[in-house]
Amino acid sequence: MLEGLTIGLSTAFSITNILMVIGGCLIGTFIGMLPGLGPMSIIAIMIPVAITLGDPSAALILLAGVYYGAIFGGSTSSILLNAPGVAGTVATSFDGYPMARAGKAGKALTIAAISSFMGGTIGAVLLMIFAPMLSTVALLFHSAEYFALMVVGLSAIAAFAGTGNVAKAMMMTLLGLMMATVGEGALFNMPRFTMGLMDLQSGFSFITLAMAMFALPEAIFLVMNPARSAQSGEGGGKITGLRITRDEARKIAPVIGRQSIQGFFIGVLPGAGATIASFLGYAVERNIASEEEQKEFGKGSIKGLAAPETANNAACTGSFVPLLTLGIPGSGTTAILLGALIALNVTPGPRLMIDSPHIFWAVIISMYIGNLVLLVLNLPLIPYIAKVLSVPRTYLIPFILFFTLMGSYIGQNNATELLILVGFGLCATVLRFADYPLAPLLIGFILGRMLEDNFSRSMQIYDGAVFILDRPMTLGLLVLAVLLVVVPSYRARRARARAAGVADGD
Amino acid sequence: MALDRWIALIILGIALAYGYAAYFTMDQLLPPFMQRNPIWPSTFPKVLAVMAIVTSLVILLGLEKPSGEVATPDIDYRRLGDYKIGQAACLLGLMVAYALLLRPAGFLLSTAGFLTIGGMILGERKLWVLCPVAALATGVVWYLVEGVLGIFLRPLPFFLG
Repeated sequence: MLEGLTIGLSTAFSITNILMVIGGCLIGTFIGMLPGLGPMSIIAIMIPVAITLGDPSAALILLAGVYYGAIFGGSTSSILLNAPGVAGTVATSFDGYPMARAGKAGKALTIAAISSFMGGTIGAVLLMIFAPMLSTVALLFHSAEYFALMVVGLSAIAAFAGTGNVAKAMMMTLLGLMMATVGEGALFNMPRFTMGLMDLQSGFSFITLAMAMFALPEAIFLVMNPARSAQSGEGGGKITGLRITRDEARKIAPVIGRQSIQGFFIGVLPGAGATIASFLGYAVERNIASEEEQKEFGKGSIKGLAAPETANNAACTGSFVPLLTLGIPGSGTTAILLGALIALNVTPGPRLMIDSPHIFWAVIISMYIGNLVLLVLNLPLIPYIAKVLSVPRTYLIPFILFFTLMGSYIGQNNATELLILVGFGLCATVLRFADYPLAPLLIGFILGRMLEDNFSRSMQIYDGAVFILDRPMTLGLLVLAVLLVVVPSYRARRARARAAGVADGD
Repeated sequence: MALDRWIALIILGIALAYGYAAYFTMDQLLPPFMQRNPIWPSTFPKVLAVMAIVTSLVILLGLEKPSGEVATPDIDYRRLGDYKIGQAACLLGLMVAYALLLRPAGFLLSTAGFLTIGGMILGERKLWVLCPVAALATGVVWYLVEGVLGIFLRPLPFFLG
């Protein structure tokens, strides 16, 4: 590990990479603050830039910086405007916005920044401990286990979608998997489902799909509902009093400690990302707070602000664990990062630590630097960066749309891609109207190829589907996957039956 | 029928067509030596098709009951008329026009036009501010993409070079 650390330090501390972290954090904060542009859209927009860099570690460092910056920027707009740019920072606005209304915007921002910093840093330490352990275990996996593990990941994403939405999330995952089979796969050397169209020969481009699933619907929503970009003019106001007292620091310290650990482990789970971590963190801290402190929650409690902020940053770090060690993304954002890595010829997985330790460790080190940059550089700059919130939407929205188009055009240099983008974007908007989750589709799409490859390899090695029975671990994982999907809806059904007064014999 | 079930119906149609292709038409093209393989190009799609059909039926028939709490949607599709749907449709049309014009009209002209018309659709009337901003932004982006990233974008219309 020490050896790895030195490699990581020397890679991450090169001038280019430090510039990448700083640049990424600044860009992320800047764009993340804009209502409607979440980390997924921002990272998707930045991917062509990252790919052009050519150096995988620099690219990943840049994208990770953008990711942190975006979360931080999202908290800022939650606090100042009550307009969270990201689902993961919704819980931040519960107590952050009341604080800002009470004239303590500066203090709220400082607490958010310190909590994020601590959450991210403690998360990075935990990542450093757990990722190598997990990847040692993962090296024992064969393609059969990989296949099963991916199935578990995908069904966990469906299961975490919440009651009443499991089927919808699963539908989206399957749709993503189906879309991944379009085009000429490496495995069979024959085009599938291209309907004779040349443009589909190489399949759908994942950047186009990512833009169409996230950036475009969000922009359309902003156009349709101007209230979403609620510009009350407070954002451009003065932000003063960034200091917090020693007493306040003492109050939030235990919250930060608890939430960084809890958030990290929630982030590791596939499907449960920063959003769940932040809401759960908020709920847990409210429940264990003393009675008089409980009354403050929702009215500007510093504990209520520190909890979700710590948890969502720790969860972001945690979500890197399955990505870096197993090559399986657990969230939409890490799925996009995985897509970027594959485009750069790096395959994340247990061998990443062995084959390219400089990438692995540089990313971890850059997490520390990224968190430090956010605290030291961005916090003092916030009053100036917040000016971006006063850009009128008549300028903002055309630019968002233009960057969406550019992102997908630069990747492919093909104008047909833009038409595909608009078409899919429209479909995605309709899907969002009907409350279908879109992240599972993208995760399914990105995992599709790998899932099929591993499935085919095991089928070939074992000459048929007997590998499921021959390898107990595969069987166990597949059973787990089924349980994950079935049990929650079974329990919901039983609870309903009980509520309806029907005896069900237990 | 609610929108989510209509969508499930459409997806069911897609899944059926996909399944038909996987089960009946794909294997005809398979060379004989590959037919001895335990895995065919159609194996995985077949599994997916069955699962997708089952899942879409679950949604379509409403087998999974929605949870009690009703989440407040960002946009209520039943009241689409209350939102600025015209603006959204115009912008989508503008994006299609941009896609079609990007090659023939060149990057500079189509982008500056896109940004200006986009702003006007959204209600910006101060053209003396909008036009220079759009032109400047176009120039900066073109310089960044062409000069810094090194990706070629034809700047001028086809008849100019």
